[in-house]
Amino acid sequence: MPTKIFMEALSPTMEEGRLVTWNKSEGDAVKSGDVLAEVETDKAVMELVARGDGVLLKRLVAEGTTAPVGSLVGVIGAAGEDISALLGGVQPAVAVNSPGATPQPAPTAPLAPAPATPIAAPVAAPAAAPQSAGSAKSSPLARRLAKDSGLDLGAVAGSGPGGRIIKRDIEAAVASVGATAVSTVNRLPSTVSDYTDQALTQIRKTIAKRLAESIGPIPTFYLTAEFDLTRVAELRAAAAGEGEEYRVSFNDIILKATATALARHPEVNAHWLGDKIRFFNRVHLGMAVATDDGLIVPVIFDADQKGIGEIARESRELAKRARDRKLKPEEYTGSTFSVSNLGMMQIEQFTAIINPPECGILAIGALEDKAVVVDGELAVRKRLRVTMSCDHRVVDGAIGARFLQDLRRLIENPLMLVF
Amino acid sequence: MANFDVIFLGGGPAGYVGAIRASQLGLTVGVIEREGLGGTCVLWGCIPAKALLESSHIANRLKHAAEFGVKVGDITLDFGVAMKRSRDVSTKNSKGVEFLFKKNKVTWIRGTGVLGAGKTVKVTTADGKSETHTASKAVVIGTGSRVRGLPQAGLELNKTTVISSDEALVLEKAPKSLAIVGAGAVGCEFADVFSAFGTKVTLIEVLPRILPLEDEDASAEVARAFKKRGLDVLTAARLSGTKVAKDSVTMTVEVGGQKQELVVDKVLVATGRAANVENIGLKEAGVQLTDRGFIKVSDTLETTAKGIYAIGDVAGPPMLAHKGEREGIVVAEVIAGAHYHPINYGNIPNCTYCYPEVASIGLTEAQCKEKKLDYKLGKFPFSANGRARTSGETEGFVKIIRDAKYGEILGAHIVGPHATELIHELLVARENEFTVEEIDMAIHAHPTLSETIAEAVLDSMGKMIHA
Repeated sequence: MPTKIFMEALSPTMEEGRLVTWNKSEGDAVKSGDVLAEVETDKAVMELVARGDGVLLKRLVAEGTTAPVGSLVGVIGAAGEDISALLGGVQPAVAVNSPGATPQPAPTAPLAPAPATPIAAPVAAPAAAPQSAGSAKSSPLARRLAKDSGLDLGAVAGSGPGGRIIKRDIEAAVASVGATAVSTVNRLPSTVSDYTDQALTQIRKTIAKRLAESIGPIPTFYLTAEFDLTRVAELRAAAAGEGEEYRVSFNDIILKATATALARHPEVNAHWLGDKIRFFNRVHLGMAVATDDGLIVPVIFDADQKGIGEIARESRELAKRARDRKLKPEEYTGSTFSVSNLGMMQIEQFTAIINPPECGILAIGALEDKAVVVDGELAVRKRLRVTMSCDHRVVDGAIGARFLQDLRRLIENPLMLVF
Repeated sequence: MANFDVIFLGGGPAGYVGAIRASQLGLTVGVIEREGLGGTCVLWGCIPAKALLESSHIANRLKHAAEFGVKVGDITLDFGVAMKRSRDVSTKNSKGVEFLFKKNKVTWIRGTGVLGAGKTVKVTTADGKSETHTASKAVVIGTGSRVRGLPQAGLELNKTTVISSDEALVLEKAPKSLAIVGAGAVGCEFADVFSAFGTKVTLIEVLPRILPLEDEDASAEVARAFKKRGLDVLTAARLSGTKVAKDSVTMTVEVGGQKQELVVDKVLVATGRAANVENIGLKEAGVQLTDRGFIKVSDTLETTAKGIYAIGDVAGPPMLAHKGEREGIVVAEVIAGAHYHPINYGNIPNCTYCYPEVASIGLTEAQCKEKKLDYKLGKFPFSANGRARTSGETEGFVKIIRDAKYGEILGAHIVGPHATELIHELLVARENEFTVEEIDMAIHAHPTLSETIAEAVLDSMGKMIHA
């Protein structure tokens, strides 16, 4: 008699578990009580133990795959025992894949800059699952919808029975691709992929669920810091002295510093996509512009790769075109993080509202001369208050604080921006 | 006093099916039911009503027997006999559920249950004894629904002249005249039954058409068939001046500004049912209700009280046995921690068993218009179907509404012979996201009524062959 190995509820609130590692290989002898695998629950990594003696005949779930509680993950039996009836001809990894779950690490889907390229699928196929391109189970309607949207079915995770791809999966894939529309606007060529998708860990899922219940739907918190811009002022004056073409605003330098800091902190340069977090490897900085019609957020693409002068020219141009209502849709979509500045209106400090699916926005206050203590002496310094709104589902307090620490270093020592 | 993993309060289609599934999943199960097993469906609804409809169907068919070369003498109709047969069928089905309980080791606790503290249920048994049972995992409420009158129109149920479907099912003989108030599925089915047994039936509906939840074409087709058989069908009708006497009811019916006085032996009220949420200790247990008086449940059918679930009519519309059965299965799987498929409430079939039968899934044409969907229609009449002609049942049609671009089945509506069976081909197709093309690709046998579906599909693609 073979013994079925089920994904067990290893914590009271556990609904699914991610099989982190198998401690036994197929063919290994196991005794009741042996640790078969390590499973990540919503709380911690726990041990899944054998409930019978024999040989591990079959591992039905690949490492890194999520399976719902109660689903079959493996079989123990006598060596050579026929368990085909027990498996019922079900494709193993598909059968236990929970809806929407993406195994980790997920391969990245490159997003080509050419506008004519078909939409790349947002969810990469699990390497171990048999539903690689061409053999994915799907409904006829899903196939038609996918064909029409240029989606590769092999790259869509199915949520129907047995992992079958159905209409809602295609709709979800198309919707999440739409959030990062391909743009031709001043993007630099790149050989690396634009972003890395990371499947949600159980702790990340629990944090997201709990916090969204508390303050929903985006559980936001705010971090405020005061920066010293004395050196930025010196830099700006020195540059302007070299000629009119080197004249830049304080805001341009803040944008540059923010972009540089974001490039070093992909953990805040991210989108929350419901079932996963997309960490961007490129920095597309949104800048909020007030127009007579209201707020619009044009994008400086690859801002971390551009010099302060280039950012200055581009932000001036974008702001002008925004006020003239001449922005094209591709010029105000695709930002990975945003900055809003009300300093010119003498607002000392404010909180900005996150532009979803982004996970953070920086609110820049007014630059003020303040009396502060420097090295034990009272001194007049140029001070600036910034407040970062953070989506707690992605950005924890310490992560946001570390980003602001780095931003402070860059702004208080603006020569660092050259490196 | 006994301990179970799960206690079901109510042994109707939701509760008894859930109980069997829970037992299959290895849980110990108790079901509290004061009447017979099977609930309204088996005792006072689906099953006995369909048994009576079979009698009326035979009566209607015999009227045309001579055309088929079968001469019968004078036809004598005896509603009492039909009623007794209907009760027998009902009892057999209820005994069938008892057998299933024994086979699956489900314990039937005969009595009336009230939720107690924690996951306990207090039961008052038939002989007046009181006992308390405990559930270690969950209590599932499936107390169903009951008939109700229409007091705002002066039609409080009195069980003699103002009756509900409960009383209609056990009448000794068909009344001479009967007004049926409410022309939904129940109203239309009893209109069919009693008119076949010689009752002068007046079917009254406040909305502009009978079967108001069905596609307008379906309503029109059934109304036409009813009128042809001599039923009075009054729609957009308003009732006033109701006087209930000992052996008759008088009321004024106003249709399009025209008032007429109606005197009938009995009035059957069929305007909907009320959820059984009273006297079962819901409030004390912390189980909240919706604005419409049903028990509020989550996606996993859990109520606002942890560990207490609700299924079937009491958990909200549609009040259909097959919706309750599926909720029973899913709730058992949820409680057992087994894998389950979330219920697709958007693809539950509606069936009315009058003649011609009516069955539908998905959206009506009016709903497609309202949602501004880009759709195409396909329609094929049974009068052009070979099999329907052989049996002389040529009323009705198959109507398919599909998405213009992708061929997705948005809705399907069948009126005609065996419509309630035929709908399942389209139901399975729609559930699995087959489009009209996949239905067309499947070769349909000839001669069958199902060919009507294949032709309606072809019509939606502009390729119909046989009309």
